[in-house]
Amino acid sequence: MLSIRNLHAAIDGKEILKGLNLEVKAGEIHAIMGPNGSGKSTLASVLAGREEYEVTDGEVIYNGTDLLELSPEDRAREGIFLAFQYPVEIPGVSTTNFLKTAVNEVRKYRGQEPLDAVQFLTRMKEKMKLVNIDQALLSRSLNEGFSGGEKKRNEIFQLAMLEPKLAILDETDSGLDIDALRIVAEGVNKLRTRDNAVVLVTHYQRLLDYIVPDFVHVLYKGRIVKSGTKELALQLEEKGYDWIKEEVSA
Amino acid sequence: MTTTSTMDKADFKSKLLTHFDTFQRGAAQDNSPRTLSALQQDAFQHFRTLDLPTTRHEEWKYTNLRNLLQNDFSFATAREASALSAAELAPHLMEHGDANVLVFVNGFYRRDLSNLVSPVEELHVENIGQAREKYTEAIDKYFARVADYQKDVFTAMNTAISDNGAFIFVPANKVLQKPVYLYFITDATRGNVVSQPRNLYVLGRNSQATFVESFRTAGEYIGFTNVVTEVVTQENAVAEYYKIQNETANAHHIGTTQALQGRDSKFSSTTISLSGSLIRNNLNIVIDAENCESNLYGLYVLNGKTHVDNHTLVDHARPHSYSNELYKGILDGKSTGVFNGKIMVRPDAQKTNAFQTNRNIVLSPEAAMNTKPQLEIFADDVKCSHGATTGQLDEEMLFYLRSRGIGQKAAKALLMQAFAGDVLNHIRLEPVRNYVENVIQNRFHTNA
Repeated sequence: MLSIRNLHAAIDGKEILKGLNLEVKAGEIHAIMGPNGSGKSTLASVLAGREEYEVTDGEVIYNGTDLLELSPEDRAREGIFLAFQYPVEIPGVSTTNFLKTAVNEVRKYRGQEPLDAVQFLTRMKEKMKLVNIDQALLSRSLNEGFSGGEKKRNEIFQLAMLEPKLAILDETDSGLDIDALRIVAEGVNKLRTRDNAVVLVTHYQRLLDYIVPDFVHVLYKGRIVKSGTKELALQLEEKGYDWIKEEVSA
Repeated sequence: MTTTSTMDKADFKSKLLTHFDTFQRGAAQDNSPRTLSALQQDAFQHFRTLDLPTTRHEEWKYTNLRNLLQNDFSFATAREASALSAAELAPHLMEHGDANVLVFVNGFYRRDLSNLVSPVEELHVENIGQAREKYTEAIDKYFARVADYQKDVFTAMNTAISDNGAFIFVPANKVLQKPVYLYFITDATRGNVVSQPRNLYVLGRNSQATFVESFRTAGEYIGFTNVVTEVVTQENAVAEYYKIQNETANAHHIGTTQALQGRDSKFSSTTISLSGSLIRNNLNIVIDAENCESNLYGLYVLNGKTHVDNHTLVDHARPHSYSNELYKGILDGKSTGVFNGKIMVRPDAQKTNAFQTNRNIVLSPEAAMNTKPQLEIFADDVKCSHGATTGQLDEEMLFYLRSRGIGQKAAKALLMQAFAGDVLNHIRLEPVRNYVENVIQNRFHTNA
């Protein structure tokens, strides 16, 4: 599904990703871990198409197409979803209105009829249950005045509404209490199918107790320096990153 | 209809002076009920001595009238210049349903195109030139007493020369159930036209009413509307006032709306400018009584070469009043905007709460906005604040929307609608809100 080869990316002339390789197949869950500043969020941003990041080398092939050539909206329409680390507050735009626009733009791109008001509401009600989100919250301006947990839940709600093929969760677990974490994780688990894939960018092993990854990768200094299964995450939790750093510099 | 003289091309002012002589003689000769009052004579003297402003005048620093004033206007022919029919009027109307409609073409009342639906107990309407006979007290007390013709040359010109416009009186304790829509059409299909409507709305004690002024220009010639509206809210009255400008690229507008508030009264004004060549809106509110509320909302959504200048003044002269001002603008193309908001809190006006906000989004490198808040506070126990920002659309917000599959154009439109929504949400009349929303939505989706 996703094939990242030798990816180099820079921001403001500073190289952050330095030859990153990653293969994600449909149905898989990948966790990307690593110390602060290793390039985790840069990877998520580059995949979503943030223009301030410059890709200096390498390629990203997504379902046979060159992902880096696509605009952010076309990436979304092709089925990529980024759950933001810091979801933006947009005053004056309700979540409902925003999502209706988004869902129907994606459908239009795929040659599907737009959902009418009733169909949209039905789908919304169904997905609201999934992430335990309140109607009142969705009528309010997007993320405005939401708590941290509400913002993250709203991200997962959007994920549920847009039904992407590849979901990238950028530190969605950071700053969540255990109840909020459970809700978010449950949402992701319920949305999992054999046809979609999830990339979890996280700082904490705790999330992986709830969303069990098939693969765990350690990102360090802009490259994936170690890959393994969920046991690797436990090892990292226990021993920290120093042993990895030593391995790399050895 | 334009008479272009090959000899001396008289300038704007001397032409108007000549016209005034004719106007005066006409008034003396025919048996029309209008006679020039001492007040009009006085206004004329002020017009004669006041200078037409240039950008050297502080209040006109960013609004250059040179192009407007060098046009060849024929003042005499405004009435004859139009035979606007009901069918031709139709596209200029909002879908307001059952409402009071007053139509003025080139400043002159068109009874045939107007329609009053409210009962006479709620609503009295006269052409301003004929109102003195029946409403002597109100006219003598308020007409040209609220808007100052001694200092403002355009108000002086309007006061001296115009005896057409709406005089509206809402009797005490009456709630006008249906709003009054006033359409001021400048018909420039046959030549350059100046129209100078003059309005006075008087709301009696405990009364309530809503007024919508819509300014439109028809035709390709140059139109110049110089309008003055005076609004008086007597004790405990509630007035809601809308001014909507959706004009042609050749339309010029200089307007003064002057409100005088009595004790415990509430005045809310919403000024929406959507297109035109040059628009200058003066909105002056004098709060000379206690416990008043004033709301000033403004929205300008501009493109092309439109220039819009909003000058507002809230003059708090007495204690315990509240004013809140919110003006927002979106500027595209080569459009330019001016916001000059003055809040005056006089020494007696203790316990005043006065707030002002002006926010602008400039979409194009060729568009520009000049904003100037002015607070002059002479009382010590008050709460006042002001804030002004001018910037671009927020890139983070734009990216967030795009990352959910919303195209750049639609994402921008969504953000602009949200930005404008702060003002639009205050429009309580649905037909007005729908009208404005339609105009700007079409614009966002075609030009963004």
